[in-house]
Amino acid sequence: MSRISKADRQIQLQREEAGDHLYANRVRVYPKSVHGPVRTAKWAILIVCLGIYYLLPWLRWHRGVNRPDQAVLLSIFHERFYFFNLEFWPQDIYYLTGLLIMAAIALFLVTSVIGRVWCGYTCPQTVWTDLFMWVEYLIEGDRNERMKRDASHTSFDTVWRKAAKHATWLGIAFWTGGAWIMYYVDAPTVTVEFWTGTASSEVYFFTFLFTATTYLLAGWAREQVCTYMCPWPRFQAAMLDEQSITVTYQGWRGEPRIRGKRHDDIAAGDCIDCGACVTACPTGIDIRDGIQLECINCGLCIDACNHVMERTGQPKWLITWDTLADQAAKAEGKQTTLHLLRPRTLIYMSALVLAVVLMTVALLNRATLGLSVLHDRAPLFVRQPDGNIRNGYTVKIANKGASPVLYEVRTDGLDGALLADPDEGLGPASRLGVMVGADTVGTFRITVAGQPGHLADGSQGIDFILRNTDTDERTVYHSLFMGPQ
Amino acid sequence: MPTKIEKDTITGTDTTGHEWDGVKELNTPLPKWWLYVLYATIAWAAVWFVLYPSWPGFTGYFHGVLGYSQRDSVDAEVRAVAAQRAGVMDKIGAMSFQQIRNDPQLMAATGTAGRIAFANNCQPCHGAGGGGQPAYPALAAGAWIWGGSLDAIQQTITYGIRSGDPKARDQQMPRFGVDGILKPEEIQQVADYVLTLYGHAETGPNVAAGKKLYADNCAICHGDAGQGDREKGAPRLASRVHLYGDSRAVVVDQIANPRMGVMPAWHTRLDPATIKSLTLYVHSLGGGE
Repeated sequence: MSRISKADRQIQLQREEAGDHLYANRVRVYPKSVHGPVRTAKWAILIVCLGIYYLLPWLRWHRGVNRPDQAVLLSIFHERFYFFNLEFWPQDIYYLTGLLIMAAIALFLVTSVIGRVWCGYTCPQTVWTDLFMWVEYLIEGDRNERMKRDASHTSFDTVWRKAAKHATWLGIAFWTGGAWIMYYVDAPTVTVEFWTGTASSEVYFFTFLFTATTYLLAGWAREQVCTYMCPWPRFQAAMLDEQSITVTYQGWRGEPRIRGKRHDDIAAGDCIDCGACVTACPTGIDIRDGIQLECINCGLCIDACNHVMERTGQPKWLITWDTLADQAAKAEGKQTTLHLLRPRTLIYMSALVLAVVLMTVALLNRATLGLSVLHDRAPLFVRQPDGNIRNGYTVKIANKGASPVLYEVRTDGLDGALLADPDEGLGPASRLGVMVGADTVGTFRITVAGQPGHLADGSQGIDFILRNTDTDERTVYHSLFMGPQ
Repeated sequence: MPTKIEKDTITGTDTTGHEWDGVKELNTPLPKWWLYVLYATIAWAAVWFVLYPSWPGFTGYFHGVLGYSQRDSVDAEVRAVAAQRAGVMDKIGAMSFQQIRNDPQLMAATGTAGRIAFANNCQPCHGAGGGGQPAYPALAAGAWIWGGSLDAIQQTITYGIRSGDPKARDQQMPRFGVDGILKPEEIQQVADYVLTLYGHAETGPNVAAGKKLYADNCAICHGDAGQGDREKGAPRLASRVHLYGDSRAVVVDQIANPRMGVMPAWHTRLDPATIKSLTLYVHSLGGGE
């Protein structure tokens, strides 16, 4: 228990009685719709993002017989990720790591240059919230109408509009949840299966789950997600500096803000304190208080303010995109230039370029042939009646190609080595031919017998050489041959 | 320690009265829905408490309304797996080795069943992967005493070696020293000769005498050139693999007072399908014939 003084406790009690409780009531945000260049750009980005999300699973891509023809498919059941011409195996997971690294650095770079535009324009939470608000606007009307209706008594008009709104929200949420599933299973097939009741329980479960989360997060939680749940606003401050371009109220121009008519004898800024920027804000803040945690940098306040400036005959862009440094200079009447290239952005850029180059090189040099050789744990070696030493290996050959391939396996480093595959009845011979089906991993137990030379610490190196007999593509795996010391 | 609650001038929010090295904490209230989420989890826990096992007693515990038990669910899973396997294992039990080998699916099943049965029953003596250890044959070496064909392996696993089972292989080697069949110096001479069978250089006049004694006493079972005889379970001596070791002392001991290992009969513990799977697994270790 923390101890506080009697006087402080008294203050606390008074405040609690006055309704100032330990927990904050949610202040409902009724954003007013705006028009202008920022809003237009936001709609365009929304259409592109949602268009990709909803339609991409339906894009077909021919890959040959017995292979899925969906352009983007994360097939968990078959352990493959198909992305247009690329096909990833589970062991290619480091490409995902690389992609995530690139995404993180790109996010840092963009934030340090133009603030939280990710939050304001492309974050799914923002995109779907925007869509849901648009539905709300169409059915329930704009801010004032909605506020009036929520404050008045329940009427038939209120009920049907609310019902229609939630039904539409649920419809969009269901479409969203359904589209999510289509990235994991064939879209046309799962659609038919879904409506005929033959889809797997996982399909129904995840469709329901993502329907529920979309409806709750975009319909109800909205800005609460950004303010309370998302970790990004907490550490975005580390990426921003005084040279980052953010949505900014030009205080030097706007202040002192004065409502109503201007008189020559009173100093008055351009801001008429109409509150248009506050009512337009989807997170319910006042941008004139400066940069703050809740601001997602969407810039809708800019559009709202520009209309007002047009009507009052003042220059537009009282709220604008600018840097703190530039604003400080302008307040003093100086001219400055943007510093887009500065150590922070240069470091982010070089890290991004490095990651992109590394990943591209890795992707271009991706082998269609994978070989891994695992030496038997026990016994490490077996002495045979003729005195030869034999080692056992589990050889895995990944054929990432589209047709079955005959591979030749041989070893290098052990004189007179004889290979055998007792399961398949192959060998003993100096080289073995093994067949691996298209797009599969073949597992073979191969024994190698020979007379090792001098063994340092009971082992010597041995290379397994795998050759694709069709293309002559080779790959080598270095392993060990063990024997008595 | 709390000091004084005051209003922060910049944000207009109260402080909590907590201060660390001059840094004061704002008393920013949590949103109320957050509190309701906490209540919801408590309600969830209460429901869980009633539905699932939750409260210990002195002689037992509260089983919950649903009567769920992890032990039961494991049992059910084990039964389900056994039922699932039954069809395949019945087939394996009924089919010949050749038929099983022609069916890749059944071969995969025997591979798994054999590997697990081997680890549970055979590995303590024969070693993981059939690597063997002194006095316990290396099954992966191909140095078979009683034969390395599938049928021979199956016979050995089913009835054992000198296990007391009427169908077990139970041939014995005479105790040349203990029973006085050979004199001690003769045993030394035979041992010298036997060593030459697997690559040791001839050492002195003993070898000629040993060769004669070997031909008279040992060759009938172990063969003229030490090639062994599987019918009698006489190990091949002209080999680099030796059950009890290849030093001279071991050879002398083995002639004077032979050790003859025992392997239990497994048909009393394992069903025929498992023994067949084991046979195929042992055969695949690298020494099968």
